[in-house]
Amino acid sequence: MAGLLIRAPWASLPRRLSEPGVLAALRLSLLTATLATGCCLLLGVPLAWILARTGVPGRRFVRALVTVPLVLPPVVGGVALLLVFGRRGLVGAWLDSTFGFSLPFTTAGVVVAEAFVAMPFLVISVEGALRGADARYEEAAATLGASRWTAFRRVTLPLIAPGVAAGAVLCWARALGEFGATITFAGNFPGRTQTMPLAVYLALEQDLDSAIVLSLVLLVVSVGILVALRDRWLSGGQALSGGQALSGGQAQP
Amino acid sequence: MSLDARILVRRPGFTLDIELHAEPGEVVALLGPNGAGKTTALRALAGLIPIDDGRIMLDGRRLDEPAGGAFTPPEHRRIGVVFQDYLLFPHLSALENVAFGPRCRGVPRHTARAGAQAWLDRVGLAEHARKRPRQLSGGQAQRVALARALATDPYLLLLDEPLAALDARTRLDTRVDLRRHLAAHPGATVLVTHDPLDALMLADRLVIIEDGRVVQTGDAAAITTQPRTDYVARLVGLNLYRGTADGTAVRLPGDFTLTTATTQQGDVFVAFPPSAVALYPARPAGSPRNTWPAVVAAVARHGDNLRIELTGPITVAADVTPAAAVELDLTPGREIWATLKATEATSYPA
Repeated sequence: MAGLLIRAPWASLPRRLSEPGVLAALRLSLLTATLATGCCLLLGVPLAWILARTGVPGRRFVRALVTVPLVLPPVVGGVALLLVFGRRGLVGAWLDSTFGFSLPFTTAGVVVAEAFVAMPFLVISVEGALRGADARYEEAAATLGASRWTAFRRVTLPLIAPGVAAGAVLCWARALGEFGATITFAGNFPGRTQTMPLAVYLALEQDLDSAIVLSLVLLVVSVGILVALRDRWLSGGQALSGGQALSGGQAQP
Repeated sequence: MSLDARILVRRPGFTLDIELHAEPGEVVALLGPNGAGKTTALRALAGLIPIDDGRIMLDGRRLDEPAGGAFTPPEHRRIGVVFQDYLLFPHLSALENVAFGPRCRGVPRHTARAGAQAWLDRVGLAEHARKRPRQLSGGQAQRVALARALATDPYLLLLDEPLAALDARTRLDTRVDLRRHLAAHPGATVLVTHDPLDALMLADRLVIIEDGRVVQTGDAAAITTQPRTDYVARLVGLNLYRGTADGTAVRLPGDFTLTTATTQQGDVFVAFPPSAVALYPARPAGSPRNTWPAVVAAVARHGDNLRIELTGPITVAADVTPAAAVELDLTPGREIWATLKATEATSYPA
C-alpha cells in the first residue's frame, strides 16, 4: 500500500482519473461485484441453511463442491465455466440454440465468473453463523405457529444477520478483485467486460503510472467500503474471523 | 381441550413409555429425576420429536399416531411451550415476542400488538413492553415467556422446568404468580419439573416417572403420605420400606419387624418421617417395640436440624436437634439405639 502511495503520480492524478476508460471500468466493477453478491445471497443463504440445518444426504459432498473455488486457481474456474457455458459447452450450446443467448464475453458472464469465485466466502460465513445460532429458537417459533419459512425469515435471519453481512462484504470484495476467471470466461472488452483488475493489468503493460492510479482507486474503494460497513455490522460478527483468514487467498490471478 | 396420550420414544439404551391424561383446566406435573425422560415426553407432546409408537389426542383431534401414519407438525398443534431457558427471541421486544404467535396465525399487526400488550398487563409487565429480552430480569423473562405461550390460546400448555432458572427469592414470587395464571388457563397444562415443591404447589395431579416409566400418580396428599418408590420417598422426606404385614406388625427383609399404627395384611409399604425416629446412647428401658441398635453412617444439615443416616437392621434417616447431636456425640461410626413411635409409622398396600 505504501509503495502505491509513494509512487503515485499525484500531479497528473485528476487528469488520469477523468479518463473515460477508468470511470467505465470502475462502474462496471462496482455493478458486477454487487450483482454477483446479490446472486450469491440468493443462492448461498438457502444453500448454507440446507448445509447447516437439514440432514439431506450428500451434504458433505455439496459442501466440498462449494468450497472448491476457494482452492481452485481462478483461471481454471474460468476454463471450466467456458466448457459449460461456452457456445459449444454443455449448457451453453443449449442456451444458444434455445434462447440465442450466450454468456461468455458478456457483462452477465463477468457476473457469473465473479459469483462462481466469490460464493464460498458467503456460504462458509453464513453456514458458520447458522451453526452458531441456537436452532431451538426455530423450535420455539414453530410452537408459536410459525411455518419453517416464517421462522427462518422472522427469527433465524435476524439472528444471523451479522454473519450474512460479513459474508456478503467478503463476497463483494472477492468479486471486486476477481481477475483470472473473469478474463478467461468473459474476456477483456472495455466497457463490457473490462473490470478494474483487468484494466490495471492492461495498463501495466502500457503505462505504469496509469496502473498505479487504477490500483489506487481500487484500493480506496474497497478499503472505504470495508471501513464504512465495519462499525455497523462487522464488530462482533463471529463469522468474520474465519472468513478473513480465507480472504488471504485473494492474491491475483 | 383434554389431553389423552400414550408416548413411546425409543432411544439407544433408553425407552420412554408413559400414559398421560389431563382434563381441561387441570395442571399435571411430570416429576422425576434427571434422565427420567421428562423433557423427552414434553418435546414429543409439542411435536419437536416424533413418537415411535402410541397416540397423542388433544381436544378430540388425533395429533400423532405412528401406526396410522399421523404426525402433526408443531406449528399446527395449538400447544404452547414455555421452555426452560425461555428462548425469547433476542432481536424482538417483549411486546413483539408476545405478538409473534398471533401474527403467525394471521392476526393483523395492530390487533396482535394490542393483544400482546393486554397479556403483558396481565403478567404485570406493562411498562416493560419495549424492552429486549436481555434487558429483562430472570423473573420478568419467565413471565414474558408465559405470556407468549398463552397469547396463542393453546389447547395445551407445556412448561419445562419453569422455575429452574430463577434464584430462590424470585422463585417464590414467580411460583405464586404462575399458580394464578395456570388456574386461569382454560386448557390443560403439563408441567415438567424435578423440584417436588414446584410440583406440589402448582399441580393438581402428579405423575412421577423414573427411567422412562410412570411409577406413581396421584394428588399431593397421596404422593406425600404414601410414596411408592425410594425416589418419591426421598423427595417428600420419608423413610420407606416394603414388607409383609400381619395386622400392625410388618416384617421387613432381614427378619426385622416394625409395629405400625395401621392394620394391613400381605405385601405393604411402610412409611414414617425422619422426625419420628428418636436416638439414645443406650437401650431405652420400658420401650420394647420398634427399638433397634444402629450405627451412624453420615450427618448432614437439614433445615434447623441435623439429618442422621443410620445403618443397622434397616437403613434409616433420623432428624435430631444440633444440641441432641452434640450430647449424643453423633459422629460417623458411633453405635447408638434408635426407637420409632408406632403411631407415626403407616402401612399401605403395595
